[in-house]
Amino acid sequence: MSPSGVALTIIFGIIAAGAGIGFLAGAHRKMDLEQWTVGGRGFGVLLTYLLMAGEVYTTFSFLGASGWAYSRGGPALYIMAYLTLAYVVSFFILPQIWEMGREYGLQTEADFFGRRYDSKYLAGFVCVVGVAFLIPYVQLQVTGLGIIVEVASAEGIGRTPAMVTAVVLVASFVLASGVRAVAWVSVLKDSLMVLAAVAIGIGVPYAHFGGIGKMFAALAHARPAHLTMPGATANLGHTWYLSTVLLTSLGFYMWPHAFAASFTAESGDTLRRNAVVMPLYTLTLAFIFFTGFTAVLVVPGLSNGDMALLAVVRNTFPAWFLGVIGGAGALTAMVPAAIFTLTAATLFAKNLYRPLFAPAMTDDQVERLARVMVVVLSLVSLSFAIYSSTTLVSLLLLGYAGIAQFFPGVVLGLYWKRATRRGVFAGMVVGVATVALLSLTKRDPCFGFNAGFVALCLNFLLTAIISLTTVPGPAMDRFHKHDLAPRGGRPFKT
Amino acid sequence: MIYRILIEPQSRAAGWKTLFKRPSLGAILLALIPFAAMCFSVPLWDRAEPLVLGIPFNLFWLISWIALSSLCLWGAYRLETKRDKKDGETE
Repeated sequence: MSPSGVALTIIFGIIAAGAGIGFLAGAHRKMDLEQWTVGGRGFGVLLTYLLMAGEVYTTFSFLGASGWAYSRGGPALYIMAYLTLAYVVSFFILPQIWEMGREYGLQTEADFFGRRYDSKYLAGFVCVVGVAFLIPYVQLQVTGLGIIVEVASAEGIGRTPAMVTAVVLVASFVLASGVRAVAWVSVLKDSLMVLAAVAIGIGVPYAHFGGIGKMFAALAHARPAHLTMPGATANLGHTWYLSTVLLTSLGFYMWPHAFAASFTAESGDTLRRNAVVMPLYTLTLAFIFFTGFTAVLVVPGLSNGDMALLAVVRNTFPAWFLGVIGGAGALTAMVPAAIFTLTAATLFAKNLYRPLFAPAMTDDQVERLARVMVVVLSLVSLSFAIYSSTTLVSLLLLGYAGIAQFFPGVVLGLYWKRATRRGVFAGMVVGVATVALLSLTKRDPCFGFNAGFVALCLNFLLTAIISLTTVPGPAMDRFHKHDLAPRGGRPFKT
Repeated sequence: MIYRILIEPQSRAAGWKTLFKRPSLGAILLALIPFAAMCFSVPLWDRAEPLVLGIPFNLFWLISWIALSSLCLWGAYRLETKRDKKDGETE
């Protein structure tokens, strides 16, 4: 068999193993809406951890992070900082969100807004924004899968057919098994991913330079500016770093899938303990960076930086090893893509279509509509992936700029009684509009600041001002235990 | 839709419970340490030299702070659970 044949066989073998685990985990369970979307709300520390970790490490951290280390240099370091700080933020909001979710039977982020601000229209707006900015994130995964197959086949298989295959696989996986399956496939995906990252992070610099230290010494000598900010870019300096780290670490748990994953936990305390441990997981990224930086000297001049990690692996190791790395990469794209489409489809059916257009729909019908939406959203992301050519990191930054606009509504909603629907709505509209305006007119970064950060500041300001000038509704400070039947668990403490 | 959001009175919000108690000051201060170290102080540590254990200084700094952040959160966790327990007893 040719080297690319070996690599591709191993990649598809790993994908098949992942899909197999998924189908097994989904079997023998009655799939109602709650089971399909939040796994019956009974995940312990282990499954919650798996699900949350499963959606953190995507193609973005695998190919995107190494790609930026290769093509941009220093600015890529923002990724290490924001992932760590995101868990610090989560410590203060997730347990509270979980408690609210248990109390009111919330399943999605839009449910939260709808309930807290008592408006199905605000919930609908959150859906539209959430789904719109999840699409670039799915697109990112699909593009990553295309790159993997393209490099592994030695450019023998074009990126487009590879992406089409990937989308079909992801969609059928989601349709067959739901969220529980995704959590279990994460086990395979994450163990492979961590092993792969460490192996290449040490192996690649060793093979070419005789060690990580020697590699960095050579790079610091050959390209001294590459290792610090702004690196190989003109405008991604310290102001950009600061504003981007703030924007993305605050926005991290505003992703509808991350927000909804917290509802699957067993208790609020589980989430807090998770927050303490999760930063350590970010250490894996260091090895990805080592690989990306090595690629600068070993495979210079690639047209697309996102190919750097795989290109340098192909250049260093035998074909079967490229297959293992490619397979790990493929799962890190497919598992998150499955989570994102599942989340977006449920959001659309449950929080947008049913409350606004068809209030009489039953849960079964909602689930069926969500399944149709899985297919629709997959196709939309696929077409974006085929027709656009931005880097993986830029795609994610666009998503973050939009999604982070939920932050004021969530955090003020938890801790500030005076936050009102009108304030939150106005802030969000202005925030999203600012993001759209600045990124469509190519003004990102804006005076050195990340455009999404500028929008977030305006959003916060407006939310606060308008909330103070509008009436928060009567008796916001009383909780009537009997208004709503709590969903299981202990009765709410008063 | 916009009209409904802005004009409709927030009637059912009456069912909203007392908002969450603020996290303790100690926990917040502990959480600010990683932010100060990894984000706000970037001009101070964004240098390639000296290489520490063969790793550029800025990368080494961030790697160390991943572990230290976890430690800070562990401290915050201790503080918060202690407070929760105390509140539980006084109720």
